[in-house]
Amino acid sequence: MSKNSNKKYWNPYMGGVLLGLVLLAAFYVSGRGLGASGAVKSAVVTGVQTVAPSHIESNEYYQKYNKSHPGGPLHNWLVWEMLGVIVGGFVSGAMSGRLKWKVEHSPKITSKTRLIFAAIGGVFFGFGSQLGRGCTSGSALSGMAVMSLGGFITMAFIFGTAFAFAYFARKLWI
Amino acid sequence: MGPLVVYDIISANTNLLLAFIVGIGFGFVLESSGFSSSRTLAGMFYGYDTTVLKVFFTAAIVAMLGLLFFSLFGWIDLNLIYINPTFLWSAIVGGAIMGIGFILGGFCPGTAVCAFSIGKLDALMFIGGLIVGILIFTEGFPLWKGLFYAENMGTPTMDKFFGIPQGLFALLMILVAFGMFYVGDWAEKKFPRDEY
Repeated sequence: MSKNSNKKYWNPYMGGVLLGLVLLAAFYVSGRGLGASGAVKSAVVTGVQTVAPSHIESNEYYQKYNKSHPGGPLHNWLVWEMLGVIVGGFVSGAMSGRLKWKVEHSPKITSKTRLIFAAIGGVFFGFGSQLGRGCTSGSALSGMAVMSLGGFITMAFIFGTAFAFAYFARKLWI
Repeated sequence: MGPLVVYDIISANTNLLLAFIVGIGFGFVLESSGFSSSRTLAGMFYGYDTTVLKVFFTAAIVAMLGLLFFSLFGWIDLNLIYINPTFLWSAIVGGAIMGIGFILGGFCPGTAVCAFSIGKLDALMFIGGLIVGILIFTEGFPLWKGLFYAENMGTPTMDKFFGIPQGLFALLMILVAFGMFYVGDWAEKKFPRDEY
């Protein structure tokens, strides 16, 4: 990073230590680490349940989910945690003057291109997070903290594949 | 002794309140570290910004050591901590698909929500994509059910898998992380960031 670009952000090691303490607090309170995709999944299941309740009963994955998450989204740890993330992110952004409606993109691409690829990336990430039983937070970061073999494997393949495909996606970023 | 909710020291509702508070800390730290910017996150893969590497691995080490010390002091029962199960093929293929999503979308789920909280509209599109991706997975579940359950290894941990003590694995992990931080600093000098 160049000298002036990241001055407004925290030192990454300080951020890392504090993130580690937040993760430790999550383990101490709930016995599980942090997570993100699980909250989105909860929202999806709730949405489908509202729109097409009969459909839920015919789908094995929804059934499996409801069995392991009784009480609905308002009794879901990750849902409350992610609501907290929105508040925490907003407060930090407000304190540093970063609140702004914005599409962040490289000057080599248009806002539209950025938005399209953001959506495509989201589809891949959403699908992969279900197959991999968690995303960067729940599977990779929390998994590594408890030394889970699967957490390390998922982490290696998330970052490894992103590196492997970085060349083909370079116009999006550099 | 923790985990608090497992030992019934706090009620289920208090647990959810604490989830909200932990989440506030999570979001605040992510945003303050620059994770609300897809430019910062993607920079990892081009070497111009290795913040992700440093924050991510520092956090993993701190939490890992924290759990070991908490256990040593008798503050937490590690037997009651959730260990992510390892299904080998879904971990590999799921991870690889997430990697493609990361390089195309510039976010992961947690950072997208964090970025949306300060008004990033590309993050909102990413979250819309997440919903679609999760729907595709759940609706088509019979198609990838075999892959999802293949090669169930239980809940192996790295120390047991390699047959070394937990503390030794933690030490090795710290050394590897320091090596990567060094490479990260080198990369940032070699691949300067274009400002825009």
